[in-house]
Amino acid sequence: MTVHLMTTTAPTNVTDLENVAVLKAQNVNVYYGTKQALRDVWLYVPEHKITALIGPSGCGKSTLLRCFNRMNDLIPNARVEGEITYRGQNLYDPDIDPVEVRRRIGMVFQKPNPFPKSIYENVAWGARINGYRGDMDELVERALRRAALWDEVKDRLHDNALALSGGQQQRLCIARAIAVEPEVILMDEPASALDPIATLKIEDLMRELKERYTILIVTHNMQQAARVSDYTAMMMLTEDGRAGTVVEFGETEQVFTRPRDPRTEDYITGRFG
Amino acid sequence: MSLRDIAFEHQLARRHLKGRIFQVLAFAAICVGLVMLALLFFDVLRDGLGRLSWQFLTSFPSRRPERAGILSPLVGSVLMVTLMGVFAFPVGVGAAIYLEEYAPKNWLTDLIQINVANLAGVPSIIYGLLGLEIFARWLANYTGGRSLLTGSLTMALLILPIVIVSAREAIRAVPNDIRLAALALGATKWQMVRSHVLPYAMPGILTGMILAVSRAIGETAPLITIGALTYVAFLPDSLKSQFTVLPIQIFNWVSRPQAGFHVNAAAGIIVLLAILLSLNALAIYLRHRFEQRLKR
Ligand SMILES: Nc1ncnc2c1ncn2[C@@H]1O[C@H](COP(=O)(O)OP(=O)(O)OP(=O)(O)O)[C@@H](O)[C@H]1O
Ligand SMILES: [Mg+2]
Repeated sequence: MTVHLMTTTAPTNVTDLENVAVLKAQNVNVYYGTKQALRDVWLYVPEHKITALIGPSGCGKSTLLRCFNRMNDLIPNARVEGEITYRGQNLYDPDIDPVEVRRRIGMVFQKPNPFPKSIYENVAWGARINGYRGDMDELVERALRRAALWDEVKDRLHDNALALSGGQQQRLCIARAIAVEPEVILMDEPASALDPIATLKIEDLMRELKERYTILIVTHNMQQAARVSDYTAMMMLTEDGRAGTVVEFGETEQVFTRPRDPRTEDYITGRFG
Repeated sequence: MSLRDIAFEHQLARRHLKGRIFQVLAFAAICVGLVMLALLFFDVLRDGLGRLSWQFLTSFPSRRPERAGILSPLVGSVLMVTLMGVFAFPVGVGAAIYLEEYAPKNWLTDLIQINVANLAGVPSIIYGLLGLEIFARWLANYTGGRSLLTGSLTMALLILPIVIVSAREAIRAVPNDIRLAALALGATKWQMVRSHVLPYAMPGILTGMILAVSRAIGETAPLITIGALTYVAFLPDSLKSQFTVLPIQIFNWVSRPQAGFHVNAAAGIIVLLAILLSLNALAIYLRHRFEQRLKR
């Protein structure tokens, strides 16, 4: 199932995903001041799957990702229009608190950004400020295990996180995101600052995580998208080159082997530009 | 070798020469500064070191130079500076947090920022006049007039711009990554500031604070304006008590005709310098400790 998305109404075959999608962006437009960054974006993110966002630099992948946990709110004069829902709830309703949205929809950034505190504290802090009342040691261990980091750090939980390697730091950031028990994890090029081995570790980790979490990942790396994701959304600048949009969305295998949009094919086969 | 290359060689030699001339000038400049300081320091030490004694530190002023001491100005300075810090620290850091983390980024905020920076350059005697009018006269019922409280409030106003500016710098130096990481976990703005921004900025904030205190401890003009005494033979027993501070006492001694008082003044200066140097050492130590804590 490959879908061509350039419409302002729901593309018919996207509705196949209607029932499994937890996050939906419908007819989304984003502006930075007067400059439009996203135009008429449709994206359905299915539950317990990995959905990859690919596309050339500047086409608005990060912008779209930030719409889903309201991080765009933090950018002065960024404006989001359209409907973005999580399990049917519009995330931009006036009575929705972005703080609560961000706990449920976690985020991992491009550059590993652990707090300059101990490994333990990095994981525990989010849970503590969100009012976690259970056994903190247990929670920290569980999060670190799920992030495949426990064995490497269990003897130095109270060392500063900045002493870890880049790949370990990024897995710590994943553990930190997991510790507040989100339902969705957004990842913005989580492996782009890492070497190939650390990258493979993160990819293995993502495959494990999708059992519990819904994952939406931005990547520049075509092979990575092909390797880990179940669904792929291809983003491009619109014809007039002024705003980004999703030009194709479907099961990864189909997007990569039988793309519907010629631009997708060009991009995937490296003929883009 | 082509002509073009020769032209380059020639320029290179000239550039080196210019560099060396500048280096010599810069070295001369620092020598002038250091030599003057050393002379001053040496002069004061020669005059006053012999006078330093337990008796000098623990006696009240007296009409006879050899019996006079600096107990009351010493205690006055320490109390005044401590109180000033207690007032200026929370207000200054609070203002800096507001300006950096909460205030909308618009022309009004910019205007406030520029004016706060300008306030740091206002002559201190103006603050003295302000303190005299507001704290010593209008609020006399609460401050007790020309009191320790009035003095520390006035000095707090004086250092506030410095505290705000340095705290802002420190807060601005906190990487934005850390803020985003905290907010993405579902932290409120205050939780983010409290747990990450403030600890990260604390070495810088403390350094600025202590430098402001060092400046305040040597200030005389505003305190004379609000009416700190020059002859105090008692220790302050309350916030409303009258007081004096080291620089005023030193000034007073210097302006006396008797040579004995001049020696006292030199000894007083040594005490003042010692306090200043220890405060600066404390600033460096605190900065180091907080940085270690972030790294560990
Ligand atoms: N904070 C911002 N203020 C103004 N414009 C922005 C801001 N962030 C992004 N943009 C603009 O929005 C457009 C999309 O940017 P975005 O960062 O979402 O692209 P991207 O697809 O993630 O690119 P990359 O692959 O290089 O990360 C770009 O034209 C960019 O210049
Ligand atoms: Mg990006």
